[in-house]
Amino acid sequence: MKYSKWQFTALLLLRVLIGWHFLYEGLVKLINPDWSSIGYLLDSKWILSGFFHSLAASPGLLNVVDFLNVWGLILVGLGLVLGVFTRISTVGGMVLLGFYYLSHPPLLNLEYVLPSEGSYLIVNKTLIEMFGLWVLYLFPTGRIMGIDRIIFGTGKSNKQ
Amino acid sequence: MTMEDNKQGLLGRMDRRNMLKGLATVPFLGAFAIGWWRKRRKDHYLQHSLLKELGMDASAPYIPPSPSSDKTIRLGIIGYGGRGAHLVRGAGFADPELIQAWKEAALIDSDDKRYEDFLAQEDLNVELNGVCDVYDIRAERGLLASGNVAREGTDAGVTPKARRYRTYQELLEADDIDAVIIATPDHWHAQMTIDAAMAGKHVYVEKGMTRTLEETYPMVDAVKESGICFQLGHQGRQTESYLKAREAVEKGLLGNINLIEVCTNRNTPNGAWQYEIDEEAGPHNIDWKQFSGPYSDHPFSLERYFRWRCWWDYGTGLSGDLFTHEYDAINQILDLGIPYSAVSSGGIYHFKDGREVPDVWQVTCEYPARDLTLLYSASLASSRNRGKVLMGHDGHMELGNSLTVWPDRDSTRYAKMIEKGIIDPEKPLFNYIPGKKNVDAVSSATEAYFAGRGLLYTYRGGRRVDTTHLHIKEWLDCIRSGQQPSCNIDQGFQEAITAQMAIISYRENRKVYWDPDRQIII
Repeated sequence: MKYSKWQFTALLLLRVLIGWHFLYEGLVKLINPDWSSIGYLLDSKWILSGFFHSLAASPGLLNVVDFLNVWGLILVGLGLVLGVFTRISTVGGMVLLGFYYLSHPPLLNLEYVLPSEGSYLIVNKTLIEMFGLWVLYLFPTGRIMGIDRIIFGTGKSNKQ
Repeated sequence: MTMEDNKQGLLGRMDRRNMLKGLATVPFLGAFAIGWWRKRRKDHYLQHSLLKELGMDASAPYIPPSPSSDKTIRLGIIGYGGRGAHLVRGAGFADPELIQAWKEAALIDSDDKRYEDFLAQEDLNVELNGVCDVYDIRAERGLLASGNVAREGTDAGVTPKARRYRTYQELLEADDIDAVIIATPDHWHAQMTIDAAMAGKHVYVEKGMTRTLEETYPMVDAVKESGICFQLGHQGRQTESYLKAREAVEKGLLGNINLIEVCTNRNTPNGAWQYEIDEEAGPHNIDWKQFSGPYSDHPFSLERYFRWRCWWDYGTGLSGDLFTHEYDAINQILDLGIPYSAVSSGGIYHFKDGREVPDVWQVTCEYPARDLTLLYSASLASSRNRGKVLMGHDGHMELGNSLTVWPDRDSTRYAKMIEKGIIDPEKPLFNYIPGKKNVDAVSSATEAYFAGRGLLYTYRGGRRVDTTHLHIKEWLDCIRSGQQPSCNIDQGFQEAITAQMAIISYRENRKVYWDPDRQIII
């Protein structure tokens, strides 16, 4: 992939910013011993709410969900900031955001207990961040600037 | 971009340029780490300073362990209506039809945990040996519940175990009954408790404790003289957050509490005591004479039988039914006792169905010795709930299933901390969510939000605990141990007198006072 200097800079910054956000969300949950996704899951609405409620209803499953969520966020965050295993991190991030969106889609007639900090109709920041990750997937930067370059190489010829 | 590229990665040539490009974003992680560390340090400092200042921790309030329940207690139920059935369930016995309905509901909706929770409810080692109800259909349901030891549905062929007694006096004579649960309308509470006490039976009686002032005194005397174990049915005594609220008040988090606002808001016919009237019910299966007793000579009326709370002959209106719960919650936290004065007003503004008791009603209780006012207001025709709020000079407390203390921006105690930024008047000072360990003034507003709506801790561990069950359990524990239950006759006396002051004030349209020396209302 051949980028201009500014194109590359914009993509790299987008990657780092989204990574930063994931990392912080994950760490905040990790250090709070009482954090659990239960409230969020129970507040789920729309067609997949049954699935999310069932995750919350089983204490065993809930622990697994909490663990995967916290470490998923942290690893995706590190992956994006450092550019390590960037593609899988991008996909992982999209999957997490997809779950968040589908559990709480801001559709007409759906009201949530957890108040949202902005005004959304169908599109919210989760969805936008998910599409941001899609852009990063299609326009990768990890092998140009990131640890992936050291691990996998640039994957291209010496002359561009 | 033209450069010396590392085409093969680790296998390829690793020069300085490739290394630098590979690690180029590491400084972002460094910046993140610095930001993280600084934020953590600040949070820790604020939290530490705050907790030190408040002296509060997030541990659950101490609840003494139960004594051994080796001894089986043999119960009788007087009044197996809606509340009576709930109390008996709290003791472990449910009508098979109800269990069947719960089982089926759980099959349709896996979130419906009523059946699962009831199965998980602790076995209290009790027997239900006597059922007394003036309405045949309810008595029969109670009998079936008594035999449902295994908590089964209608398919299990449950048969009655208890004996049915036509009158409560006969039930009280039974040798195989140690203790009675009284869940009749209010007009029978006092006499039944007196008779039970004289028969040496322990008593759990529903609130409001008494219907009239006069009957309150002999009831208290009978309980005290007999030495029976008495519990009044304010199950809010078991609410963990109220116990924690007491600790917060004792530590002075609110400063001088000068105004307490409590309320009731309902907006349904059922909430306004327009209960369903059974189609099968009639003079042939309701012992109207016994229901009325010496308290009313009104001819048979299905409406009065099923919706008795709407008439002064049988009930105590908002005062005894709902104000008492709010009062008892506050009395539990502050040991308020009987007010110096009470003035109340209200009217029948929405449910103009022939009732005598008001549907919008308020009472103001003054406690000059405590420098505070307790204000209760209720509407049965608006669900705009205002919660329980304790207001003090340094902060206020919102109380429900969870507890939140807010600092007052003009507080004296917190003035310096507000100035230093340790306390933000816009954020809660202290948050307590039963079952949770953290005290977090910063991030738990959301958690409080969920908990206040009963969403948060209901499913953790997959089990809910019913306060009614806990209140019955405490009573049974005290029967075995000889200790006093939390809502004993002294607490009951304060509840009854307060409720009666409010009723007298409303019905006589005057301000009333309590004379503590003569123990009378003037």
